[in-house]
Amino acid sequence: MVLGIDDPQIWLAYLACIFSALGCMVYGLLNWREEKEEQSVKSSTQKQVTQNQ
Amino acid sequence: MAVSTSTLIFLVVIYFALTFYVARLGYKKSSQTDGYMLAGRSVPPAIMALSYGAAFISTSAIIGFGGVAASTGMGLLWLVFMNIFFGIFIAFVVFGPGTRRMGLNLGAITYPEFIGKRFQSRFIQAFSGLIVAVFMPLYAASVIIGAGRFLETTLGINYNFALLIFTVIIACYVIKGGLLSVMYVDAMQASIMLIGMTFLLVFTYSKLGGVVEAHQALTNMVNLVPQALVEQGHRGWTAMPAFNSSIWWTMVSTIIMGVGIGALAQPQLAVRFMTVKDDRSLKRAVAVGGPFLLMMAGVAYVVGALSNVYFYRTVGKIALDVVPGGNTDLIIPAYLNQAMPELFVAIFMLSLLSAAMSTAAAQFHTMGTAIGYDVYQHGIMKGKSGASTVHVTKIGIAFTILVAVILAYILPGSIIARATAMFMGLCTSAFLPLYIGALFWKRTTKAGATASLVVGSISSLFWLVFVHAKEAVPLGICQAIFGKETLLSGVWPLVDPILIATPLSFLVLIVVSLMTPQFSPEFLKKAFRLRFEDEEEVSESASHSAADSAGV
Repeated sequence: MVLGIDDPQIWLAYLACIFSALGCMVYGLLNWREEKEEQSVKSSTQKQVTQNQ
Repeated sequence: MAVSTSTLIFLVVIYFALTFYVARLGYKKSSQTDGYMLAGRSVPPAIMALSYGAAFISTSAIIGFGGVAASTGMGLLWLVFMNIFFGIFIAFVVFGPGTRRMGLNLGAITYPEFIGKRFQSRFIQAFSGLIVAVFMPLYAASVIIGAGRFLETTLGINYNFALLIFTVIIACYVIKGGLLSVMYVDAMQASIMLIGMTFLLVFTYSKLGGVVEAHQALTNMVNLVPQALVEQGHRGWTAMPAFNSSIWWTMVSTIIMGVGIGALAQPQLAVRFMTVKDDRSLKRAVAVGGPFLLMMAGVAYVVGALSNVYFYRTVGKIALDVVPGGNTDLIIPAYLNQAMPELFVAIFMLSLLSAAMSTAAAQFHTMGTAIGYDVYQHGIMKGKSGASTVHVTKIGIAFTILVAVILAYILPGSIIARATAMFMGLCTSAFLPLYIGALFWKRTTKAGATASLVVGSISSLFWLVFVHAKEAVPLGICQAIFGKETLLSGVWPLVDPILIATPLSFLVLIVVSLMTPQFSPEFLKKAFRLRFEDEEEVSESASHSAADSAGV
């Protein structure tokens, strides 16, 4: 029994809902951060290139 | 009614004023065609996700399906999982980017135009527009009836007046402000819905003694399931129905498949992918969309099922026995009024009003663009109409709102109750195969897509009218023609049209496409061209280098 529910088909569904929503949050937030990182990498690369020129 | 009517009327008036204020913010920004039809293609990810979710979740998803969960149990949670996984994650990450880019590459501003231009076919655009324009009013009618009844019971005003007020308010901001207004208002309403559902969840679990205790109490009530339901396969509220039983078939085929996967191909939702500025916005939107659906559908179904525990403890009856005639639509309202504090009931009422308004607004906009732009301007006038797109669309929206209201008055309740599932099933069978073909299979041909669209819609309608008992019996067309309720017997009348028509539509798409010549490589290159999500990044690099050079 998990979370007071006997049938695995139900507690799996309950947990699947929560974890899929959490997964969505993590995925979305990683994409938010990714851009910041890319931007900082890009601008530092850009600086590098300009300095080399 | 636990809350005084004057308090509620006061709150509703403030709410409507807020709606107009937010709609006006959107209207100021949407004077161009792209603005009116596609919200200017630069909507922030969180607004897009909330608007998508709010359009997705109607009052019936909370009240109606919450009531169904009170009757059949937590098996419905699989639908929530499907909604989050397919309706949000797969939709935003797999379908969204291609739709956005291709829509921009081909200059499409509506969903029917998107698939029409992808397959270079005015027929596909007009036919899809027609499906939306003819069948979506049924779905819209069910939403506005729900809202009218809701206003009638909560505010104690006349039903006809309630329906009129509700429709006129939405019509004002949809017609005047276009999609940007709709999406801004959606986001505001979605926030209210989130507050309402969070309260509902916390109150319910704390009232019943905690998460595990509440579930355990529900599990222990297995002996209280009415005999009639046991015979149909009910095995308790925390157990799936018996395999192959009638409740199992209804739950699995109609609800999980129909509403779960069906969401992928709904025009009023898919068009929202074209409103953001880049692919990354869609990926970010997932962070808001997933939890939003969990808090809407997930909470409604869990609370619906748990209402049995509350009613059993307080009045010694299960939820179905508390409401008159075992009407599942009345279970959630009865639970709210009896179990929740007064202020919460008022907040929750506004959440439900928001759910209905946001869904209806999305439907009105999509139906209007379909009939004004896709059917009239492109189908009938072959793109030669002199009138401006925004103008024609506004007339289209006004016309379809009128049709939906008339349908709300004349159609029998039994048909209206089935309208949501009917529309979603039809969308899936008609649009999903060619939508997938459009985005992911370059070999899909114009003939293949056309055949799939026609076969998918006709076979789905045929199954609805002649085989699937839930629609065939109330419609009565099969009875009138063949003298029997359904053409097939046994388990067939329980099988949802989506399970028959969608595979057929896929098959036709593949077979016909392989037999007919494919599109020119030049066209495919244009359609599938990668857009710059990097447009912004390029300009950023340019400004970086300019700044850096200046620095140097």
